[in-house]
Amino acid sequence: MKKVQVLGPGCPKCQQVAANVVEAAKAVGVEVEVEKVSKPMDIAKYGVMFTPGLAVEGEVVCAGRIPSVEEIKGWLEAEPAKERR
Amino acid sequence: MSDGQKCSCEPSEVLLFPCSGGSNCGQIAHHAAVELHNAGRGKLFCLAGIGGHVKGLIESAKAAKVLVAIDGCPLSCAKKTLEHAELPPQIHVIVSDLGIEKKSGHLDFSEEELNLCRGRLEDELERQVEFIPTPTG
Repeated sequence: MKKVQVLGPGCPKCQQVAANVVEAAKAVGVEVEVEKVSKPMDIAKYGVMFTPGLAVEGEVVCAGRIPSVEEIKGWLEAEPAKERR
Repeated sequence: MSDGQKCSCEPSEVLLFPCSGGSNCGQIAHHAAVELHNAGRGKLFCLAGIGGHVKGLIESAKAAKVLVAIDGCPLSCAKKTLEHAELPPQIHVIVSDLGIEKKSGHLDFSEEELNLCRGRLEDELERQVEFIPTPTG
């Protein structure tokens, strides 16, 4: 089970990121738990200044854009990094 | 999205990275960036976070259209810090190249010197922002 954090206030772009995560997870057969981080102070703790952002196991992988399903597949399949954020 | 909560979905087009170094020129770089930020010409960003490889800040910076490195002197620490993170700036201004002598350890500067730096940055931004492609579709 991988924990994925969608960082954003919950606008349509954030919802699209969450949908892409679910689609990517299904495609690569990885079980994910999607956590929605929507409070500005909580988002700031990740260092993300522009939303939507996405973190996998607490490590930010993109910010300020909607990542494609293909990109997310790669992040879900990658080994977790030692350093976080 | 709750009422009154501001969406930060539109990345700032211009991010400002002053070196904020320990000299008059470093401080001019910093204060010029603050003035541009307050005037809405760009967003002052955390250069230390880029140097510290804080992933969230680096990924956020990638979303910007124009990165501006403002260095006090030719050591170009701000520009090099951005380049180490694979974020080459589109605009690079060196304060001491504007005819202002660098005085290490002296943090004072005149209004005229600050205006000179801010004016150069505004000119550079005006030139650069003309070339930002507008999104299609």
